[in-house]
Order: sequence, then structure tokens, then C-alpha cells
Amino acid sequence: MHPAPSVIIFTMFSGLGFGLLAYLGLGLPPVAGWVAFGFFTLGYTLAVGGLLASVGHLANPKNAIKAFSQWRSSWLSREGVMAVASLLVMAVYAIALIFFDIRLRMVGLLGAVLCIGTVFTTSMIYTQLKTVPRWHDWTTPPVFLLHALGGGALLAGQVRMAGIFLAMLGFLMVWAWIKGDEKGLSGTTLESATGLGRIGKLRLLEPPHSGQNYLLKEMAYDVGRKHAFKLRIIALVLGYALPAALLLLLPVGHVLALVIVIAHVAGVAAGRWLFFAEAAHVQRLYYGK
Amino acid sequence: MTDLPKSTEKKLGLVIDLDTCVGCHACVVSCKEWNTSNYGTALSDVDAYGAEPQGTFLNRVHSFEAQPESGGCSQTVHFPKSCLHCEDAPCVTVCPTGASYKREEDGIVLVNEDDCMGCGLCAWSCPYGARELDQIFGVMKKCTLCVDRIYNENIPEEDRVPSCVRTCPAGARHFGDLGDPDSDVSRLVAEREGMDLMPEMGTKPVNKYLPPRLKDVPSDAALEPKYKDAAGLFGWLDKALEKF
Ligand code: SF4
Ligand code: SF4
Ligand code: SF4
Repeated sequence: MHPAPSVIIFTMFSGLGFGLLAYLGLGLPPVAGWVAFGFFTLGYTLAVGGLLASVGHLANPKNAIKAFSQWRSSWLSREGVMAVASLLVMAVYAIALIFFDIRLRMVGLLGAVLCIGTVFTTSMIYTQLKTVPRWHDWTTPPVFLLHALGGGALLAGQVRMAGIFLAMLGFLMVWAWIKGDEKGLSGTTLESATGLGRIGKLRLLEPPHSGQNYLLKEMAYDVGRKHAFKLRIIALVLGYALPAALLLLLPVGHVLALVIVIAHVAGVAAGRWLFFAEAAHVQRLYYGK
Repeated sequence: MTDLPKSTEKKLGLVIDLDTCVGCHACVVSCKEWNTSNYGTALSDVDAYGAEPQGTFLNRVHSFEAQPESGGCSQTVHFPKSCLHCEDAPCVTVCPTGASYKREEDGIVLVNEDDCMGCGLCAWSCPYGARELDQIFGVMKKCTLCVDRIYNENIPEEDRVPSCVRTCPAGARHFGDLGDPDSDVSRLVAEREGMDLMPEMGTKPVNKYLPPRLKDVPSDAALEPKYKDAAGLFGWLDKALEKF
């Protein structure tokens, strides 16, 4: 699939933002006043910035408001509803905390649950797609959730929790990569796509058009194998292994924390790029790919 | 609502005969012609007369070569592909805005362009690559089964079929109600063992494809070359030219 910057930024930053907000809702760290203001600003900037990037991905954004209507059937619609609900509930909690120094525990707890729920709905947008076997897998939701829980804990200064979640994520990610490679197109072949397997082995003789089109640009993206392998190493080391090791083994001060955050974000960006670039859609078969 | 109807009164769709299709792309052109000037926005082209033309089409013809395992002649198959108006259409249920829907009365899958926000998720969910996001208008485009022809009382009766069906010079495209076992198309499917594309995707496509009839084994009666070594004048000429 085409690794569009808008969707990479959207999934990455909204995951981090909602992760951070979830911790704040649980009172981790137990900040108040202006410190709380700083934390909430960061959380809201990431979450809302991510959501705005996703709106940038739309070809006809003037109808975006209608995306709240189909929550009964559509995961994308559910995500929109959940995101807005989380942001509103957390706003009540944040305002009470920052300006009135009142901690509304139940509201914070509800906000945290909604934030994590939002990340889950994001993951289901991808998981639901049978047409992309690498995504259509039980590993996808926990991968998204661990990104939010690990990255959120990191931003919230929850050192041990961040270390543990990122270590778990590292292992799960490697597992998901290997499994995705093995799955390939999950048994869908050009023969099953055309029903012509009964004659014999198929090859594309002539594509339907000599130029580009939406389908090729969007769903027949190719990454070089070597390229992909290097990026996996970068994602694994910078995104998960190094932060987890530093968080769990060293005393973490502000400077080191900043280094870890930067490494994590860079690693996750590489990983998210791969998440899209390596995802093969079955329709590419019709183009002999 | 982008819930799917439990059942539809009719299952209108196409039956495409892969034995007959000659790969002329007439259906591609006629589909574009009809649909660019009717239902919804136009089907735009980008750089139409330049070096890298591209555009939106609702129907495209791929050509494949099938090689029998036993050796023998390979078979060229031209393969038109448009929306299959799936009974269990994933493109409908993923749509967040309610723009994509399946009609209860005839099973046609359509996009209401006034609601579409151009997120592209429905195209991701379609296994067949039957939906294209228009690059200029930013809304999702797909085969409408020529809904604005088949019920259109302003055009002569013989034209009230999809444009591609009306145009196909080989008669490779058939239109009808696949929900009615006695319809011509259903009979054709039964007779010719019509098949589903990617049945493993669970989309239950309404459109069916008729497999090409198998070719004869290449004839053993082909002539052996009669003269292995030419003699006389031609023999001399042959040798002389070889040396030269
Ligand atoms: S062929 Fe694709 S676009 Fe058409 S109904 Fe099926 S899933 Fe939807
Ligand atoms: S592109 Fe349009 S029709 Fe398709 S899922 Fe998005 S809003 Fe619905
Ligand atoms: S039925 Fe109409 S819209 Fe669909 S492929 Fe044929 S001509 Fe195009």
C-alpha cells in the first residue's frame, strides 16, 4: 500500500497523543496546575495534529463531518466518534485539574478508557481488511495498542511501564513481521483471482493500460527487499530495543529521556512506513505483481 | 446506512464470457463515454494528451496467458473487470459516511457522491480493484451497472441495458437478474459453469465469469519439413550464401 505521509503521521502521532492522554487521565504522573497544562497541551497537540493529518488524506474533506454517521457498521466512523468523545471527556478532566485543582477521578478513568478505545478502533480500520493479509491478523490491534501504551508511558514519564511495554512491542513486532512474510497473499493467487487456474499457470500478457492509475499508485507499492530489511532493523533498534534497554537499565534523567523519545519516534516512523509499504493488497495480482 | 440489506429483491449483474471476449476494449470506451456524461461527476483524465496520461475508468480489460501444465498450446484470455456488485460487499460496510450503499430493490452497489469524503477505504476493501478515486473530483467512482440506462424510459427499449453490454461486438457481456434461476443469465451460468472471482474473500460476487472452453491439443497432423537438404540450384545457392 502507498505509504502516504498523512496516514503515517496520523497513526503515529494520534497513537502517541491518545496514549499520553490515557496516562494523564489515570493520574500518571499526578500533575496539577501549569505542569498539567504542559502535559495536556502536548497530548492534545499530538492527538489533534494526528487527526488533522488524517483529514489531509481525504480527497473531499468537505464531507468529513458525515464520517460520524456510520458507527454501526464502519470502523473508520467508530474511530471518529471515539476520538471526539475521548477529547471532550479528557477536556472536562483537564480543565477541572488545571484551573480548579480538582481531580475528577471517574471522568479521568472514563477518558483513559476512551483514549485506548480510540487507538483500538484505529487498528481495526486496518485489521478488518481481508484484502491486505498482512494487516488482517490478530497481531495488528496489540501492535497499535502497545505503541500507544509504550509511547504514551514514555511521554508521561512512566519509566518502568514504558520500558516493559516497548520491550513487549519489540518482540511482538518481530513476530508480526515474520508472520506477515509467511502469509504473503494468504493463498490468493492470480489463478483464484481469475478462476483460470483450471487451464494452467497464468501470467499477465497485457496490462489494461500502459500508464499509471489510482489502483497502481495506491495499492501496488513495491519496496526493495534490502531496503525493507534495513528499515526493520532501524525500527526495532531505535523504536523499541534501545529505548526499552535504556529505560529499564539506566537511571533516566531529562536529557536521556529526550534522547529516548527522539529515538523512539524515529524508529516508529520507520516501522509505520513499512507497515504501509510492505502491506500487499490482493488486487495487485491482476496487474501481474 | 452502510449496513447491507439482508436480501435484495433482484440481483442484477453481469455475466462475462471469457471464451468470447476478444479483448477489443470497446466496453472500456463505451463505459467511459456513458458514465462520464451521466451519473455523478465526470470520469476525469489527467495529462490526457501528454506523456503520462491517466484517468478514471469503471471497467478495464486485462489480458492473461494461461499455460497448461501438460505443455501444449497456451491460451490467451482477455479479462474484463468491473464491480461485481457483491452480495456481501465489504466496500459498503467500511464506508464511514454512508456514501456507499447496496440497493435493496436490485442489489446494485452505488456511491452517493454528495456524501463521499474521498477517504479511499472502500477501494482498499475491494479485492478486485473495482473502485477508483477520481483524481480531480475527489470522489469514489465505480460501475453503476448503468443504473441510469437500465430503467431509463427516455431511450429506446433495446438500449436499456448497460452500455458495455450494448456495445460488446462479440456478445461477451450479458446482463440480467442472477437472483432468478430461470433468467437467461442464470441459465447461462448453470450451463457453462459460471464462476466467482476470489471466492476465498467471501464477498459473494453477483457477477459471474464463464470460463473459456479448453483448446484442442495441437494437431499431430502438422506437416514435417519436406526437404532437409536442398539439392540442385537451390542447394548450391544455399551453400554459397552460408559461406558468404
Ligand atoms: S466488486 Fe468491489 S466495489 Fe464492487 S461490490 Fe464487490 S467489493 Fe464492492
Ligand atoms: S471514499 Fe467515499 S464511498 Fe469510499 S469509503 Fe470513503 S466516504 Fe465512503
Ligand atoms: S455496467 Fe455500465 S458502468 Fe458498469 S462496466 Fe458496464 S458500462 Fe461501465
